[in-house]
Amino acid sequence: MADLNELKYTYSLRLGDDAWILSHRLSEWCSNGPFLEEDLALTNLALDLIGRAQGFYKYAAELEGKGKTEDDLAYRRNERQYFNHLLVEMPNGNFADTIARQLYVSVFEYYFFNELKNSSDETFAALAAKTLKEVKYHMAHAVDWTIRLGDGTEESHWKMQRALDSLWMYTGELFEMDEVDNELLQQCIAVDVIALKAKWQEHIERVLKQATLKQAEDAYMQTGSRKGIHTEHLGHMLGDMQYLQRAYPDAKW
Amino acid sequence: MDHQNTVVRPNEERLSKFEEHVGEGKAVEPRDWMPEEYRSHLVRQMSQHAHSEVIGMQPEGNWITRAPSIRAKQILLAKIQDEGGHGLYLYSAAETLGISRVEMIEQLQTGKAKYSNIFNYPSLTWADIGAIGWLVDGAAIVNQVSLQRTSYGPYSRAMVRICKEESFHQRQGYEIMANMMNGTADQKEMAQDAMNRWWWPSLMMFGPHDGESPHSANAFKWKIKRHSNDELRQKFIDKTVQQAEVIGLTIPDPDLKWNEEKGHYDHGEIDWDEFYRVIRGNGPLNKQRIAHHVKAHEEGAWVREAAEAYKTKQAQKYN
Ligand SMILES: [Fe+2]
Ligand SMILES: [Fe+2]
Ligand SMILES: [Fe+2]
Repeated sequence: MADLNELKYTYSLRLGDDAWILSHRLSEWCSNGPFLEEDLALTNLALDLIGRAQGFYKYAAELEGKGKTEDDLAYRRNERQYFNHLLVEMPNGNFADTIARQLYVSVFEYYFFNELKNSSDETFAALAAKTLKEVKYHMAHAVDWTIRLGDGTEESHWKMQRALDSLWMYTGELFEMDEVDNELLQQCIAVDVIALKAKWQEHIERVLKQATLKQAEDAYMQTGSRKGIHTEHLGHMLGDMQYLQRAYPDAKW
Repeated sequence: MDHQNTVVRPNEERLSKFEEHVGEGKAVEPRDWMPEEYRSHLVRQMSQHAHSEVIGMQPEGNWITRAPSIRAKQILLAKIQDEGGHGLYLYSAAETLGISRVEMIEQLQTGKAKYSNIFNYPSLTWADIGAIGWLVDGAAIVNQVSLQRTSYGPYSRAMVRICKEESFHQRQGYEIMANMMNGTADQKEMAQDAMNRWWWPSLMMFGPHDGESPHSANAFKWKIKRHSNDELRQKFIDKTVQQAEVIGLTIPDPDLKWNEEKGHYDHGEIDWDEFYRVIRGNGPLNKQRIAHHVKAHEEGAWVREAAEAYKTKQAQKYN
């Protein structure tokens, strides 16, 4: 059995990766939003997520105890060493694609951090409590737009439906438990995500009904990220993200 | 004769009252009478200012996905968000003069309205992010501090709010440059290169020499403008040269030297051909900047329509 710190390190790293990779995607909207207020709203989400990533990376680095910084974790790993869910690395697509991704993710995170705030690990509990406040806003933003696009024009309706359908196969991963989750769950440190699935599904259904949209049809669920197997998109993102760190390994910025 | 007088006199009276009011250093508010030329001058200047904030998001946005640390990314993204926010206040302030944001955006996209020339230059390396914050925001502050006392109330209030944030931007940009000048040989080279490329365009941000500035006479009389272009440029040079020296950057101007008698730095001549070339649309990125804005605007059209349609449906439901 792996030692407890190692398990917590992995857990913290995964949560850091989810926030870091999604923040990167949202930051790509900057100067590309459908109107100025929404451009700024998307940047706000990205900034919250950067702050969250920093918190979980910092804790991971501490648990690892090898003198690394949060920047080393964010910038100095290869594709196969990132553990974010596939869903958060999916490209922004059009505005509906981004909103569908935000809806699936933020509703999940709402239930997830609501549980993690009761973790027996104090740092996780504190990070979760802070995150929960932000996630409530992220969820409200995603729900609001899902309803407006779903019940807006014919074009926005089908764009939103197509986005929901095409991202559906990446949602299964949110509810996977592996040995890290299970062992930490026994110590009341981690969240039982399997137990969140029904609530999540119900919540999504409620929103979609109000938005006059349909729940995506059940499909094969993609998997792999918890073992570091990603989509082709991640490597390109890291190529951009890590460019300066790789080109000037001795530089401090 | 009598008849004609009754038509003309009220306007003349109003104008002299207006000029007296402004002359006493009092603010003009949206409901006050103002000469048409005052209004149109402000619409032009304020919308240009708003567009500059918004177009300025592009060169900096070019480095968000490549920012080299978590903190750097956070600071850069928050800065660009501030600039967008400045755009919003300024659009709202300009709307008090009877023009809509939709009209202003159309004028931007069709080239009728301008934005600051500086954003037609490319941000090529990470050091450009430092140089933009330090030099471009630094030049903007000098201009905006002066505008805090401009005669139009909504504009001057917007400037007070904006200036606080701009001075953060300037410090953060300077910090990037200082860190790089304290770093590896590659970093120093990168910082100096950015300095070389951004120095002269930053000086051009203050506009032509006072004699050649097309709109200045009434702008001074009506206290829209409080300081001349050359005065503001000199202020910027004096403060920036010292900052450059502290971190070991060289100003790319062989004629730059301290003038003991005047108590200012003398500087070499600005390349006005370049200035007018960029204003006329032939800067490195004029076309790209507008095309980017148009593309985002067009791609967002269906989203704005959907939001409108939803609002209308909801209003019908509850009526
Ligand atoms: Fe600015
Ligand atoms: Fe600004
Ligand atoms: Fe600024």
